[in-house]
Amino acid sequence: MSNPTAEEKRAIFRAKAQEGIVKYGFIAVTIGLFGWFALTEETFRQPSTLFSMLKFTSVVAIVGLGVTFTMVVGGLDLSVGSIAGLGVTVSAMMMVIYNLTGIFSGIMVLVAGAVVGALNAVLIVWMKIPDLLATLGMMFVVMGLKLLPVEGQSVSSKMILRDGSVAPGKFTDGFLQIDRLKVWEVPLPVIIWLVLTILAWYLLTRTKYGRIMYAVGANPEAAKLSGIKIEWYRASAYVISGLFAATGGMILSSRIGQGDISAGNSLLLDAVAVALVGTSVLGAGKPNAWGTALGALLIGIVITGLTIKGFPYYAQDISKGIVLLLALVFSFTLSRKKARFVAAT
Amino acid sequence: MQGSVEMNQITMAFGANLVLRGVDLTVKGGEVTALLGANGAGKSTLIKVLSGLYPNHGGQIMIDGKPVQLETPSDAKKLGLQTVHQRIGEGVVPGLSVAENLLFEKIARNALGRVGSIRQIMPKALEVAESLKLGWSEKFLRKDVYELGIADQQMLILARALIEKPKLLILDEPTSALSAAEVDNLMGVIRGMRNEGVGILYVSHRLGEIDTIADKLVVLRDGVIRGEQDKPFEWNTALGQMLGEDTLQEIQSNIEMRGDESILQINDLSLFQRSSPFSLSLRKGEVTGVIGLLGSGKTEIAESIFGAAKKRSGNMTFEGQAFRPRHPRDAIRMGVFMIPEDRASSSMFPNWSIAKTTSLPFLSQLSKGPNVGVGAEKLRASEIIQELQIVAEGPDQEVDSLSGGNQQKVVVGRWLKGKPKLLILDEPFRGVDIGARRTISLQARELSKSGAGVLVLTSEVDELLEIADRVIVLVDGEPKLDKYLSETSREEIVHEMSEVI
Repeated sequence: MSNPTAEEKRAIFRAKAQEGIVKYGFIAVTIGLFGWFALTEETFRQPSTLFSMLKFTSVVAIVGLGVTFTMVVGGLDLSVGSIAGLGVTVSAMMMVIYNLTGIFSGIMVLVAGAVVGALNAVLIVWMKIPDLLATLGMMFVVMGLKLLPVEGQSVSSKMILRDGSVAPGKFTDGFLQIDRLKVWEVPLPVIIWLVLTILAWYLLTRTKYGRIMYAVGANPEAAKLSGIKIEWYRASAYVISGLFAATGGMILSSRIGQGDISAGNSLLLDAVAVALVGTSVLGAGKPNAWGTALGALLIGIVITGLTIKGFPYYAQDISKGIVLLLALVFSFTLSRKKARFVAAT
Repeated sequence: MQGSVEMNQITMAFGANLVLRGVDLTVKGGEVTALLGANGAGKSTLIKVLSGLYPNHGGQIMIDGKPVQLETPSDAKKLGLQTVHQRIGEGVVPGLSVAENLLFEKIARNALGRVGSIRQIMPKALEVAESLKLGWSEKFLRKDVYELGIADQQMLILARALIEKPKLLILDEPTSALSAAEVDNLMGVIRGMRNEGVGILYVSHRLGEIDTIADKLVVLRDGVIRGEQDKPFEWNTALGQMLGEDTLQEIQSNIEMRGDESILQINDLSLFQRSSPFSLSLRKGEVTGVIGLLGSGKTEIAESIFGAAKKRSGNMTFEGQAFRPRHPRDAIRMGVFMIPEDRASSSMFPNWSIAKTTSLPFLSQLSKGPNVGVGAEKLRASEIIQELQIVAEGPDQEVDSLSGGNQQKVVVGRWLKGKPKLLILDEPFRGVDIGARRTISLQARELSKSGAGVLVLTSEVDELLEIADRVIVLVDGEPKLDKYLSETSREEIVHEMSEVI
């Protein structure tokens, strides 16, 4: 081989630079923004600010983790926000109206999430409705359905029930601790977020199950011809997504301390956004657990930073949108890998 | 005087790949010229050149002796070159009526004025239907296109091509979706056009039809016209030209193996609704090669055995036990593996490494508990790379980045390594270089020598002669010939493949 000419050298450099940007660009942006906010704002670098930022981010991040599973199998779940909202209502009803224990209520929230996820799976996998449409329909159904038993009212302790009596129960102390408890200064929701991220990462990258999930998403036909019953794997993703969304709802419920009927509705877009942002982290080009966690973290940093800097509330949506678009530029425009998330069905 | 369309030294390259290497072809008005060629011979590229889709082709096209330039599809249409493409669904617009579809090009050009309702265009549609002797009533013209059967849709796009009074009509596999009666009907229409002086280029795999309708036959192989005949046609010559006849000598090196013990018994399987059921026994220790043209049912056999298709009539026994695979998983568990025809869409995963691609069907064997055994997986991939002499950096290299032949070796290797009892290879040599082809066929023969059953499906005689011990010719879903290679000849195989006579 002869020595490369100056032009070839430049071309090689360009290719390498591009690869570097794709791989580390996103993390660099995150660290850069974090550094800028930390250097310029006294408040931002307080540990208490950072932990409250992490705490507020945790719900979106956990719900987004569930969405990640559906994206791995080549789908998407638009019903996650409404499932989280359902979790809020279910937990409030169980404790306030039926006076049940916090643990039982928590379990019922997870059951509700899994049931909605299973219904999504039936619609998508066996009734062959495209995922976006099926989960969109399910989103409306759940949003309305959760209001049915509470007659469209928020559930709070000492509320007057239909028969004129006062609601017997209240949010139990244990349940409220889900959001309030701190372990060595670290809020419990942040620990739950970390644990679930590690769990999802382990499942998706280390196990046979995760390998097959990615295979089903990347090429369902080839997966089937490799002897995989793709239906069950696709179905499992929606059940997992329901469970994660319900977990997010549980934390939210504990945070609000009442059955707010509008809770969770705004989660959907944020959760899908962080999962999408996550596909570009480290140039993965595919949905992944740590990517989703980092995506949520970046959005959390941006929002907290801008708020401290005194930007108005509507700057939040603008910045979220810019972060998402930036991530998509990394995945689609700059990466030479074929990005695939909402691809094959 | 009848017009003519003349092609001189047409060339077309995609990158370094020269698909057309100088095609000389003249289609005269009032004649049906049939174009015959195997997959990848360059037929569709030639058709696309004539449709104006490849303006950067080499060589010259002349209409009635005058050179023309085809820059766009509409240029081609204006000059009287009409093409009816193979995919009917792409030719009609569902949601519009038959009348609107019929006059679609006129409507699109605003030739009918500003059209508002179907009532306004109906007189013109009826007039056109009348002039083409389609026998379509107003009621029929009002139907939505999606209500039509496939044959009527085919007639419709044909009729639409005829409205513009073409000089040359190109028909690409016009009968592939039609029944026998519908084919007869279509032949009548084609004859009518021929008698009006239209030149017709008829592209088909169905030799019977070409025999019926064509006045002239040209054979295309590797981007060059290999033969031309006038009626009556010499079919053996034509098929020899189509499938290649030059490599006959080198394949004698295989020592023919004959198995005696049956591994898979197929009983009363019927591949298509119209084909009659047949029984077939595949034996251990020999390579069975099934050859047939496109649509003869090869892939259907493979999918039936592998459980990848809907259940067909008939039953199977594998090693003496009843065998009813309802999912590829069932077949794989029994040791019956299939390497599908189209590797990119059926075997590969974008951005996946060799290790991940090769381990997927065997993850359970490579793992302890729920975790993927990454070490075992890489070791296995390295062994595959070595055994099949795959040119790759290592087990972590992405399969997409390999050459076609090496990709195919990866796909073959992943199943070979799983110790198949019966291995089905569907068109294993497509898009594969000679070296890889040699390796794959040797590996398949090696496997069969070790006592496994091997079934190879192909549409090329050379490939069949290179790999098979036993030859089955499949025509229209039924086996026509079943002999050992030494008992038959290339001539007999080719002869049986041509369903004519």
